[in-house]
Amino acid sequence: MNALLATVRRDILLALRRKSEVLTAVFFFVIVTSLFPLGIGPEPALLKKIAPGILWVAALLATLLGLPRLFAADHVDGTLEQMALSPSPLGLLVAGKILAHWLLCGLPLVLLAPVLGLQFDLDASALGILTLALLLGTPLLSLIGAIGAALTLGVRGGGVLLALLVLPLYIPALIFGAGAVEAHIAGLDIGGHLSLLAAMLVLAAFFAPWATTAALRVALE
Amino acid sequence: MRQSIIHWFKFASPQGFYPLAGRMIPWFWAAAAIFGISGLWISFFVAPTDAQQGEGYRIIFIHVPASWMSMFIYLVMAFWAALGLALNTRVSGMMAQALAPTGALMAALSLWTGAFWGKPMWGAWWVWDARLTSELILFFLYLGFMALQAAIDDPRRADKAGAILALVGVVNIPIIYFSVKWWNTLHQGSTINLNKAPSMAQTMLWGMLLMALAFWMYSIAVALTRVRAIILERERHTEWVKHALE
Amino acid sequence: MLKVSGLACSRGERRLFTDVGFSLETGEWLHVQGSNGAGKTSLMRLLVGLSPADAGEINWRGEPTPSLEFRRDLIYLGHHAAVKEDLTPLENLRLAAALDGIAVDERAALAALIRLGLRGREDLPVRVLSAGQKRRVLLARLLTRPAVLWVLDEAFNALDVGAVQLLGELIAEHLAAGGMAILTSHQPLPVPGGKALVL
Repeated sequence: MNALLATVRRDILLALRRKSEVLTAVFFFVIVTSLFPLGIGPEPALLKKIAPGILWVAALLATLLGLPRLFAADHVDGTLEQMALSPSPLGLLVAGKILAHWLLCGLPLVLLAPVLGLQFDLDASALGILTLALLLGTPLLSLIGAIGAALTLGVRGGGVLLALLVLPLYIPALIFGAGAVEAHIAGLDIGGHLSLLAAMLVLAAFFAPWATTAALRVALE
Repeated sequence: MRQSIIHWFKFASPQGFYPLAGRMIPWFWAAAAIFGISGLWISFFVAPTDAQQGEGYRIIFIHVPASWMSMFIYLVMAFWAALGLALNTRVSGMMAQALAPTGALMAALSLWTGAFWGKPMWGAWWVWDARLTSELILFFLYLGFMALQAAIDDPRRADKAGAILALVGVVNIPIIYFSVKWWNTLHQGSTINLNKAPSMAQTMLWGMLLMALAFWMYSIAVALTRVRAIILERERHTEWVKHALE
Repeated sequence: MLKVSGLACSRGERRLFTDVGFSLETGEWLHVQGSNGAGKTSLMRLLVGLSPADAGEINWRGEPTPSLEFRRDLIYLGHHAAVKEDLTPLENLRLAAALDGIAVDERAALAALIRLGLRGREDLPVRVLSAGQKRRVLLARLLTRPAVLWVLDEAFNALDVGAVQLLGELIAEHLAAGGMAILTSHQPLPVPGGKALVL
């Protein structure tokens, strides 16, 4: 467990030395969501209707943007090799890296979402649901994305390939995450959406680090 | 008992599997032809015209078996992948690689026939029907698998990475399927369902069954042909391949 | 302690080596020799368990590797810098130890860096150091991380005369204290004794 926390500390320290990489994903999120009203038109009713979907798709793409770097830097400079040979289980170190990725990339999106939601005329309770759904959903995106990042490590055209592998697997998170907000706006019960998101998160938390570790070992061969 | 184990392991090596696959292929082609011809005959000439949908409904004789096969092939692919990871047998990875294009073809066929059927029924080439949407996602999963394998040069590494992806995919497919279905009912999607053909007559069931068998046999024959090509390509520097090609 | 037999490896279609075997006891070291492309690095990666062998067995303390015990006893330094450019040498050493589940206090890490001749450089980002100095940061891990088996791939590259001498001393001390080492290099090494393995 100490090794997991050490990995989180290390990755956050590294990110703080290179802030631009973290900020890129956040700015991307802000810009993409702001582009939609410009493309569609400023009609409040329409914007309100499409807001959950747009915010979720933008969060998905922003997460995707940071994924190729998740293991690539450690792979290139050889520290990933050292992790694979460390006495600490690689799965634990990988879990730490995923957690750090979420803290650096997912959490800022969660915190920004309510602000951006205001652009779309969402009311306070809808903003709350949006934040809650993203809080459950973004760790899921990091976990699933890590598998893709590990599989495409050091592969030709890795970035585009990563999108092709990961985006179809993001669909359930998108459906339930955006669906929760839509259902709330429509006055329906959202307990089902959120508990399914939570269930998927638990499932992914168990299996994704394991699959990622297996993929990393293959990539290091 | 011991003898039979040795017997089976002989076919787990590319060298043992290559001639075995070669002997089986003509039989599967023959079976595919027989089932296909009889299936098409029933679906075009025996099955009655549907009162509601007219002659257009006959496309389900292709659409439904193709959908079944596309899902089934992914399962088989994941099975070979798991076997390859667990037992480290080389033929398993090759089988998974050989099955993927056929699976993708079936998914594409299912999408294409779905659109073809949708135009007269719904008046649109594409509707966000739950099954069509899931099929589209399945098609993406096949494309991802093939793209990943193609992007990795070392075949051993490509096999393992593909296997992990296939297993991740097979865990996700039911989740994706049910979430898409849920999404669809929530948004009150189309009420006409392609797969619940109007009052399935006995003859129609037979036609569909025969077509499914024909697709099945075709898939096996094609996958075996492809796996033979993969074996030759990967083992081209070994003595037995040079011998076999003489 | 370390027993290797019948090891075979191929890259793509090319067979690099077959039937490599040796054994190593405490206080012994092995010099792996061979021309460029003979498979020295492949052998090292295979020994430490990064890539699987086509055939053969590797046993550590009588158990097949990779075992947890083996990884605890092993330190492997390869071609890569394996240090983070944005961190200082001190941070690099302490974080690497923390990932391995070992606490290294600042004094011990500082002492290791000073021994490697990096006095006054401990708080600079590794980015501004020279290639040889980066190598020394990595080598400092030999002092902070207790391990029985040192596997060093081309560890003498990019080092100046003084550092080569120093690394030779470190290895000799390690062997005298009951350690083991496997080294690759083209040139003769400043370490006495040693078995030789030519690929």
